Amino acid sequence: MQRILIANRGEIAVRIIRTCRSLGLQTVLAASAADLDSVPARLADRTVCIGPARPADSYLKVETIVHAARATGADAIHPGYGFLSERAALARLCESSGVVFIGPTAAQIEAVGDKLRARAEAEAAQVPVVPGAAVTEVDAAVAAARNIGVPLLVKAVGGGGGRGMKRVDVLADLPATLELAAAEAGAAFGDARVYLERYVASGRHVEVQVLGDGEGRVIHLGERDCSTQRRYQKLVEETPAPGLSQDRRTALHEAAVRFAQRLAYRGAGTVEFLVDKERDTFYFLEMNARIQVEHPVTEAVTGVDLVAEQIAIASGAGLRLQQGDIRLSGCAIECRINAEDPANDFRPSPGQVQEANWPHLAGVRVDTHIAAGSRIPPYYDSLMAKIIAHAPDRAGALSRLRQALAATRVSGVHTNLAFQARVLASAEFQAGGFDTGFVARLLGVSA
Amino acid sequence: MSLTAADVAEIMRLVEQSGFDELNLEINGTKISLRRGSPAPGVPAAPAVAAAPAAVASTPKPASDPDVQDLPAPLLGTFYRAPKPGAPAFVEVGSQVSDDTIIGIIEVMKLMNTVRAGARGTITEIIAADGALVEFGAPLMRVRKSG
Repeated sequence: MQRILIANRGEIAVRIIRTCRSLGLQTVLAASAADLDSVPARLADRTVCIGPARPADSYLKVETIVHAARATGADAIHPGYGFLSERAALARLCESSGVVFIGPTAAQIEAVGDKLRARAEAEAAQVPVVPGAAVTEVDAAVAAARNIGVPLLVKAVGGGGGRGMKRVDVLADLPATLELAAAEAGAAFGDARVYLERYVASGRHVEVQVLGDGEGRVIHLGERDCSTQRRYQKLVEETPAPGLSQDRRTALHEAAVRFAQRLAYRGAGTVEFLVDKERDTFYFLEMNARIQVEHPVTEAVTGVDLVAEQIAIASGAGLRLQQGDIRLSGCAIECRINAEDPANDFRPSPGQVQEANWPHLAGVRVDTHIAAGSRIPPYYDSLMAKIIAHAPDRAGALSRLRQALAATRVSGVHTNLAFQARVLASAEFQAGGFDTGFVARLLGVSA
Repeated sequence: MSLTAADVAEIMRLVEQSGFDELNLEINGTKISLRRGSPAPGVPAAPAVAAAPAAVASTPKPASDPDVQDLPAPLLGTFYRAPKPGAPAFVEVGSQVSDDTIIGIIEVMKLMNTVRAGARGTITEIIAADGALVEFGAPLMRVRKSG
């Protein structure tokens, strides 16, 4: 493998280019017309314009991406996260076109993308799932819902990441909600199937990073607590998850490994769990078959370059690490800095950045594609940067992160910097171990 | 037949429930244009689709003559000047073109996409080579506009 086409933009494109450079690999960035003067476009060895700004006409065009890879002599495609990273169609076209897809197989993407199928695989791997049921017809669904109990969630089989969910508090509302949820799921995901799951009132979002060689060997790289969320969008992530007993932590790691082993998973992936605080147990939520936004906290405590491992596995070098090689050292916390306006319901704030001074502090890493003068187009997500602090313990990491936020200066667009500082300063965050209702409580709104 | 207020309300309701963002309707000379309002807070505004590709950084500056214009590639792919190898090119320097004149093919993973001139005039220069990778917005040819 000598040349990698990066089918993504923003900070993750910069992140992938950085590892490619350290490995002596050339990079081709597939960029939309809106991103031709972006930082990753300047850093890549070559940038090709794949289409207009609108993602559907550029970053989401499977055939165009693969054509661009072949025509520029790239051996492999790194999809980053979002966009085409979990589209089986891209993995499949790569497989049939002689281009290496840096990620799992198309079949694995399909297995975890179908949430009902993923639930079944979890059960087969003896990984607990939230009590729930597939929905075939309304009467049976109402009967199943009686067993599950209310409140419950109606979830889209093709959904995930907080998308395609509806809460039902009264059984009588279920038939109407089912109908609406199915119609919306059909429109949003091209798959009208829905299923029922118990609503866990007080849950923590804890996920486990895994690497698999595609032959059945899987290791884990510890967990991340991503309970600091607003409307299912993660804001702060940390590792290790505070306040978990060693038994619970080990059980989570082992469950993630069992799940990925069952799929003979290839590459980097994340198995998400809901840790039920009331019942003191945990459930499988879903698996993300890609590199995650929050992967740097895992890199901070393990010293492993996850993108380099993705590339090694994809290039046929296999899984170079044994479980015993993974040593988790200290604590790391990441803050996402978004171009959004907390005073206006966190509305995205695209525009031109005037000043962007990111912190340079010991134990602090910044992943960003934003510099003074950078434009934040309105077509894409609002992530500007990730600030990651690492220290021997949680208090030290938190202190470093708060210093790092205080030392950051961004102007020209609204950002959530001050809001993130408020999150980190709150007593509940400082205590750690809270559920996903934390940010709503901080904002004084219902979850 | 003319549209009543109730008809218009019914049309608006149908558009509201549909997956469409815009409707342009003409019945017996009565024209109605409906467009969805600004999206809900928190949702970025739906980007407008550019009718013509915006000028991109890698595009050479168009000729200074205001009557000479670039014909840009509408998508990324492999550009072919002729319908098949060995066949005469669709157009040559000096060819007269109108909006619908086929000037080439852009192939994307074996799918052949016809490229039309989108302008009226005379081809003055062929920029993209046969069989070359062309990026979205890259100039394929230049045309001296007429009429």
